[in-house]
Amino acid sequence: MWKERSLGLLAPFLGLLGFVLLWSLVSATNPQLPGPVSTWAAAVELFKDPFYQNGPNDQGIGWNILNSLARVGIGFGMAALIGIPLGFIIGRVKFFNDMLAPIISLLRPVSPLAWLPIGLLVFQKAEPAAIWVIFISSIWPMIINTAVGVSRIPQDYLNVARVLNLSSWKLFTKILLPATLPYVMTGVRLAIGVAWLVIVAAEMLTGGVGLGFWVWDEWNNLNVEHIIIAIFVVGLIGLLLEQFLLLLASRLRTE
Amino acid sequence: MDSSKYVQLEHVDMVFTTKKGPFQALQEVNLNIAEGEFVTLIGHSGCGKSTVLNIVAGLLNHTSGVALCADREIRGPGPDRGVVFQNHSLLPWLTCFDNVYLAVDRVFAAMETKAQLKQRTHEALAMVGLTHAEHKFPNEISGGMKQRVGIARALAMDPKVLLMDEPFGALDALTRAHLQDELMKITAATHKTVIMVTHDVDEAVLLSDRIVMMTNGPSATVGEILKVDLPRPRNRLALADNPTYNHYRADVLRFLYEKHAHKEAGVTPTPAVDNVVELKQVPAKEAA
Repeated sequence: MWKERSLGLLAPFLGLLGFVLLWSLVSATNPQLPGPVSTWAAAVELFKDPFYQNGPNDQGIGWNILNSLARVGIGFGMAALIGIPLGFIIGRVKFFNDMLAPIISLLRPVSPLAWLPIGLLVFQKAEPAAIWVIFISSIWPMIINTAVGVSRIPQDYLNVARVLNLSSWKLFTKILLPATLPYVMTGVRLAIGVAWLVIVAAEMLTGGVGLGFWVWDEWNNLNVEHIIIAIFVVGLIGLLLEQFLLLLASRLRTE
Repeated sequence: MDSSKYVQLEHVDMVFTTKKGPFQALQEVNLNIAEGEFVTLIGHSGCGKSTVLNIVAGLLNHTSGVALCADREIRGPGPDRGVVFQNHSLLPWLTCFDNVYLAVDRVFAAMETKAQLKQRTHEALAMVGLTHAEHKFPNEISGGMKQRVGIARALAMDPKVLLMDEPFGALDALTRAHLQDELMKITAATHKTVIMVTHDVDEAVLLSDRIVMMTNGPSATVGEILKVDLPRPRNRLALADNPTYNHYRADVLRFLYEKHAHKEAGVTPTPAVDNVVELKQVPAKEAA
């Protein structure tokens, strides 16, 4: 048992070790790219005081992370609030499905950043434009997965509802919602993934406080260590979000 | 009301619209079922026996003819007709208790207190011997237990008619026998009218007052009706050697495998053969 567990940890450890070695090798041949050691030192320095404030363009890494998370939270939250109910309606009513399917198919493949100019034009400000990009890029997985979940509810359950003559409210809370929940959670997970992918790019373009803007700022300062740190931070937070949602989904699953 | 015609089907036709055009599943189905009677519908797969059941349940609307329950036209499902589904159809996110309570709540909430509703739920689960499993989820209990919860859910609505669509088809032989015995006890105690779809000849003879044998589809209809005149309570062991029982059994087998042999089974009906044992080997039964 103990042996198995240490063996199980060995593989990921070797993978990380290989990655760091490769990184040192590349940075050794290319002096412009900082190696693991100098990056680590910079990270230690950076995380010593994550919440300092020296004016709007110079704030601690903690503020950058929180601001990015807040934008993702607002944009994604609004997308969920609209996307999930919309998915239910589309999955339940064929007329709405036929009505909205062409629009969704047309707009879904659009690159998230293509929406930014529209946001800037409509909202006249950078902040809501960034949130708008998050909103529009994370709404599709939730609409589509919810709609698919609703349309795939086993006929057996719907027959039960008919035989028991359930009210619309009971039908929704006791059958539609629990039967669709795994699909909804998949949509939410995909949406969060997309939102977190997009936030860095969006912030690079809109500015303000946030991880994306920070990356761009450090690029202008040629502080490459911080850019590498930002990459790891973005990756780590994305991973944590994903794991949290997976955990939530497994808690909600009853089957 | 004529109690010998509690459930009444007259000239019932059922036509499904499919991609290949209309499909006539049932033609001229005429059937009267008396109050308190136990009737099984038997036939090969695809003969429309489940369609008949679903019409009585109100899950399907028949194309033409008259379908009545207690002299009222059947228009959609109603609490007077409880349905036990083939694959139990319990909601996996609700406990056994909550699955049954959902049905009780819908039928009796308007006139009873919460405590009375809970009492009804407990009673229904006790009737199928599942008091100990009330708070388990369906995936935590065996297939036989799930089907009992399904029966409890149907019974808890206190329906006049119990409709069962191959309720024991997915169970192993021992569990099936056990549940058949329990069902006989329950129907003896509650005097429910039961319509059950089955493809199991022994089950049909053991449980039924009458066996409705259906011809093969398309355009299936009632072929013969066999009255099973065996005293109740019935005991499967005693009946195994009972010549009357075996005679009924042979009658049903003859209908299924001789007069209306399933086309897919690859046998042409040969009326001259009168050996039931041999005919039993025709591999058409598992297809149902």
